[in-house]
Amino acid sequence: MNGIHDLGGMDGLGPINPTKDEPRFKDDWERRMFGLFVSCFAGGHYNVDEFRHAIERMGPAHYLETSYYEHWLASLETLLTEKGVITQEELDARKKHIAMEDA
Amino acid sequence: MPHDHPHPHNKPLSDVELRVKALESILTEKELIDPEAIDLIVETYETKIGPRNGARVVAKAWSDPAYKERLLSDTTAAISELGFSGVQGEDMVVVENTEDVHNIVVCTLCSCYPWPTLGLPPVWYKAAPYRAKVVKDPRGVLDEFGVSLPEETEIRVWDSNAELRYLVLPKRPDGTDGMSEEQLAEIVTRDAMIGTDVLAAH
Repeated sequence: MNGIHDLGGMDGLGPINPTKDEPRFKDDWERRMFGLFVSCFAGGHYNVDEFRHAIERMGPAHYLETSYYEHWLASLETLLTEKGVITQEELDARKKHIAMEDA
Repeated sequence: MPHDHPHPHNKPLSDVELRVKALESILTEKELIDPEAIDLIVETYETKIGPRNGARVVAKAWSDPAYKERLLSDTTAAISELGFSGVQGEDMVVVENTEDVHNIVVCTLCSCYPWPTLGLPPVWYKAAPYRAKVVKDPRGVLDEFGVSLPEETEIRVWDSNAELRYLVLPKRPDGTDGMSEEQLAEIVTRDAMIGTDVLAAH
């Protein structure tokens, strides 16, 4: 399927900026995100193809503007709500609650 | 994750941080995940599974011709002989660099990468510029990595997918004849096993 994820051969995306050494995760939320992905995968909530397809369904601009683990986050949110494991309302309410506690 | 006060609040949690925390908190409450298992998963990929595994495969292939033959003909089995197998390494192919051919690996569609031998991919491997450019201008990409190859060297670019993962077997550098397998493993870089590095003579 054509989509923004099909990047091979595209021009003008800027320098690669390779680094010889970098931390495996640049932020703690990336650590948690990685672990959430593996745990939910092991729990049988989706397969790898579904997971990638949910990333590929992101809007093109959103896809290019967001980092790798944000793609994972978007995919996990999409799949878990579509499958009825959690609801968007639950997520929104919990976000608000955590933000208030943090303030 | 419990919120451990007191700590200085430099800035409020970002939207992304809030979304990840909300997900983890709800899934934990529903007993669908175990936060301690997440700690363990993360620790494993931060400390145990990384390019040192792949370097051991390469060093053994350089030192043991029979192993190299097995590695090239039945890659997945030969790699699991050393104890490296599992998620994202179920079907492996090794491509060998020679005097005439240099191989580079990419995943244009996403980030497919051989986790058991190389660990998690570096940021640049997953980002758009490398994925877009390497299939069209591999020499330009190598230039960005400070690598230049003779004009007559053929460059082959391998596009990984969800089922099949590639590992480059770099050319053994000159001046390493007397090295033990352990010493050889020390000089193999992650990028050499992706194909964006060429190992210098010793």
